[in-house]
Amino acid sequence: MEVAFILEKLILVVIIFVITLVIAMYSTLAERKIAGFMQDRYGPDRAGIFGLLQPLCDGGKFFFKEEIIPAGAHKTLFVIGPVIAIITACISSAVIPWGQNLTIGDQVITLQVADVNIGVLYIFGVIALGVYGIMLGGWASNNKFSLMGAIRAASQSISYEIPMGLSLIALLMVTGNLSIGDIVANQSGFNWNIWVQPLGFLIFIVCAFAECNRVPFDLPECETELVGGYHTEYSSMKLGLYMFSEYINMFVSSALMAALYFGGYNFPFMYDLGLSENWITIIGTLVFFLKIFGFIFFFMWIRWTLPRFRYDQLMNLGWKMLIPLAIANIVLTGIITIVVDTYFK
Amino acid sequence: MESLSNRKKVIEQRPMNFWERIYLPAIARGLSITIKHFFKKIPTVKYPEQIRPYSKNFRGQHSLKRDELGRERCTACGLCALSCPAEAITMTSAERKKGEEELYREEKYASVYEINMLRCIFCGLCEEACPKEAIYLDGPHVTADYLRKDFIYGKDKLVEPKFDITKLAQ
Repeated sequence: MEVAFILEKLILVVIIFVITLVIAMYSTLAERKIAGFMQDRYGPDRAGIFGLLQPLCDGGKFFFKEEIIPAGAHKTLFVIGPVIAIITACISSAVIPWGQNLTIGDQVITLQVADVNIGVLYIFGVIALGVYGIMLGGWASNNKFSLMGAIRAASQSISYEIPMGLSLIALLMVTGNLSIGDIVANQSGFNWNIWVQPLGFLIFIVCAFAECNRVPFDLPECETELVGGYHTEYSSMKLGLYMFSEYINMFVSSALMAALYFGGYNFPFMYDLGLSENWITIIGTLVFFLKIFGFIFFFMWIRWTLPRFRYDQLMNLGWKMLIPLAIANIVLTGIITIVVDTYFK
Repeated sequence: MESLSNRKKVIEQRPMNFWERIYLPAIARGLSITIKHFFKKIPTVKYPEQIRPYSKNFRGQHSLKRDELGRERCTACGLCALSCPAEAITMTSAERKKGEEELYREEKYASVYEINMLRCIFCGLCEEACPKEAIYLDGPHVTADYLRKDFIYGKDKLVEPKFDITKLAQ
């Protein structure tokens, strides 16, 4: 039992890890392709058909580039920075439920690595850790541009974690649960949380953009003012790891949004079609990934539409608009819950 | 007085109203614009596989022509060199010997004919100046190279290959 359990989880971890990396890899290609199409051009299409080998070429190039550590840099922290960034990006996918139970023979396999009963808190902890990679890297570079990027990353992530947490509190008031597995299971069929928490979702998605350092909140990178922001001094695969962690973060936060607000693996009429349980699980997982890809596309769509916020605008939006809005959302959710419970049940 | 172009616009400086301040309508409008471009036809020509046809009066590399018997038409009069605004053309003339009648059309011919492709501006004045219809800019693009000396094209590159007029007629 014990060995089988560990083996099952190990296989699941490896599969999810591989899927995450492959999706992050091809997100880089998708980003450039989408950028191309939105600007009336093709994007990379020379390596393989439709440029499908482009990510491999980019990765190979990263590996063969010269590794430069600046003389004034703090060597240990300089190396640890990208490592922390990529590790925190990868481990946050552990509590996301990828599907329902799969029954093979008399074995029941749960398509979730760890159904922690405080899954939401775990995610928050990991996201809060994620900024250390950027901060350490930027500070250890001993470069003013990098330091500016790191400072911005830190203040931005602190500012936007608050409204993100507050928007999730409203969600928890509705679901009454901290386990992501249970939150998703409660949205079966078409009872998605987006219908009861539209404002909360809006706040959450804005904060997710900010936490992923994506346009319009890409101030830590900010090519136009800060050269490369926190990764100005990075080269070779260390830069590659930073880039990669950004795309993994995007994938994980897309998965999180799909799970928390868009029903995860649930799809309409899932129990009315007369499918066997295994088939529902498989289709559900595919549907989940479809939702994730939709969100990833949305991330990129926004990137090629909006300009970057100015630093003071970013802070204004976070502190003066999103936090009051999130608190109002909590109050509103509470009132509506009480009214519905007392008069309509 | 009204300005000539009549394009002056007085911009009203007023504080943003509520809908403008929450950004969302503007963002939605921007998203709709980008997604329209996403499905638009792409005007890119994928060059090596797909070559756009040249215009009829495209001027490419020069070629020195032969007449219907395969003889070089050029008589080394130097009018092309004289007309050239970039001074790209030089030549040395020579007298036709006995027994060379099937090689050169006129009694005087160019023993050396060189065009410096780095100087040439492809204006086509040489083909206008030529009284013998011996030079035309009807070749392909002049390709890139590594050394400056390789851009001085001699007769080996300029004179068009011999062709059989009877086969050409078919």
